[in-house]
Amino acid sequence: MNPPTFTATPHVLRKLRRERVAALALSGMVLAMVLPLFAILAYLFVKGAPLINWAFLVTNPTDGMRAGGIWSALVGTVYLVVIALLVAAPIGVLCAVYLNEYARESWLTRLINLAVVNLAGVPSIVHALFGLGAFVLFAGLGRSILAASLTLAIMTLPVIIASTKEALNAVPVSFREACWNVGASRWQTIWRVVLPNSISGILTGVILQVSRTAGETAPIMFTGAVFFKKVADGALFPYALTDQCMALSMHLYTVTTQVNNAPEALPYAIAVVLLGAVLLVNATAIIVRSYLRSRKKW
Amino acid sequence: MVSPAPKIAVENLRLSYGHKEVLHGIAFTVAPREILGVIGPAQSGKTSLLRCINRTVEFTPGAVMTGTVRVDGEDVMRVPDVYALRRKIGMVAPLPVGLPLTIYDNVAFAPRCAGVTDPAELDARVERCLRQAALWEEVKDRLDTLGTKLSGGQQQRLTIARALSHDPEILCLDEFSIAIDPVTTMRIEDVLKELRAHVTILLVTNLTQQARRLADRTMFLWNGNIVEIGPTEEVFSDHPKDRRTFEYVNGIFG
Repeated sequence: MNPPTFTATPHVLRKLRRERVAALALSGMVLAMVLPLFAILAYLFVKGAPLINWAFLVTNPTDGMRAGGIWSALVGTVYLVVIALLVAAPIGVLCAVYLNEYARESWLTRLINLAVVNLAGVPSIVHALFGLGAFVLFAGLGRSILAASLTLAIMTLPVIIASTKEALNAVPVSFREACWNVGASRWQTIWRVVLPNSISGILTGVILQVSRTAGETAPIMFTGAVFFKKVADGALFPYALTDQCMALSMHLYTVTTQVNNAPEALPYAIAVVLLGAVLLVNATAIIVRSYLRSRKKW
Repeated sequence: MVSPAPKIAVENLRLSYGHKEVLHGIAFTVAPREILGVIGPAQSGKTSLLRCINRTVEFTPGAVMTGTVRVDGEDVMRVPDVYALRRKIGMVAPLPVGLPLTIYDNVAFAPRCAGVTDPAELDARVERCLRQAALWEEVKDRLDTLGTKLSGGQQQRLTIARALSHDPEILCLDEFSIAIDPVTTMRIEDVLKELRAHVTILLVTNLTQQARRLADRTMFLWNGNIVEIGPTEEVFSDHPKDRRTFEYVNGIFG
């Protein structure tokens, strides 16, 4: 008779028990992360929902921000985020390509890489002060959308550089060597093989920064965001780049701390809109990414 | 001894990565249309040697190369167009690298980088190289699928097709057969025998018998030094110049 395949030796039993405990503990951690997230979302939505409708989105705040909508803040946030990313994304991505693909190992590149990593950890209020000094005062932009966007761009640059470098590093070195071996230049290698295969990772890194820029209050508070500014209801391009603007994050701060007798639902409604806008962008990012991934080639 | 001008002439070649010297001043020549077998255990500097010849060693941070490597009499460190030098040399790595492109684009990659845009010429080249690499019959109906979707052995033949796609005058094969089955290996060896009519071949191999089958001369590289270089039949005879060669070839050490 053959010996049975499964023999319940103490060692095997211990192994199985550990396996169960590990799976339980790890899934418990996932729950610990997911549950609060959904609880927050549900709480915000339930509290804010009564106020949210189309008119709320496309009209200006009125009555000392106690009534009306949030259009000027919503469109201001879009302005700030779009301009900040238009500046930061190309510079950051190209910077990372240089650092990762061209730069030779030297004390200078090591210093730059160290600076990038550390800049990513600088608190946003410090970036705000830098923006105030560099853009508002020194460059003479004044408090404006441009100054605020540039400040946000400076803040996101290091993170974009770091995430782009990650994405580039994920492309195997053997691909590059194969290209060099057949006489491709560095640029031909980057353009034809490295970038097409890292673009989904690069985009993910860039788009994740949308949520960060949209949510920041400190950097724009000193450089271009105001408590209140009236624009034409529902107008698509109500601001000039040299104007100051309202922003959702700032508006939320104002309504919760500076305005007496604001309707209880108002801050929640603003938060829901802010979250909704960010989720919308992230969802687009996920769709784009899964499309690019499906074309991923190894 | 070698009467025609050598295709490759290596003199006093030293290569270090950081503080570690991996080639200790080696010298040899390869005649045009010769197959030089390079044998030697792991870590003996075989791959590094190939990387010096097409100068891709310069992509490795900290690599310092001294001495000279001449291809067609030109010092590779001073050639005006390093890309043209690399196109003159076809390089096949030990592990297959299908670029994440279609099969067609994998082979057309090098000609395109060299500025060939005429579709008819590209088509002809792709077909010729895939035929030479004994892959055409298997992939001719699906040239637009990804090279990375091929099996390991097919990818290795794709790599060989790519190495031939820029009409190299020198072909460097770095243990090309470790990832492919014996039947395919023999087919590629037949291809090499045909190619020797107009291509100089450097055949780095772990299979000493492969060098014995194909090479005109064989070089035994060990720990960054040439132990012996000579006609293949002499290296593989019972009395090579160096005792260590005999021992390595017969599996007594290494």
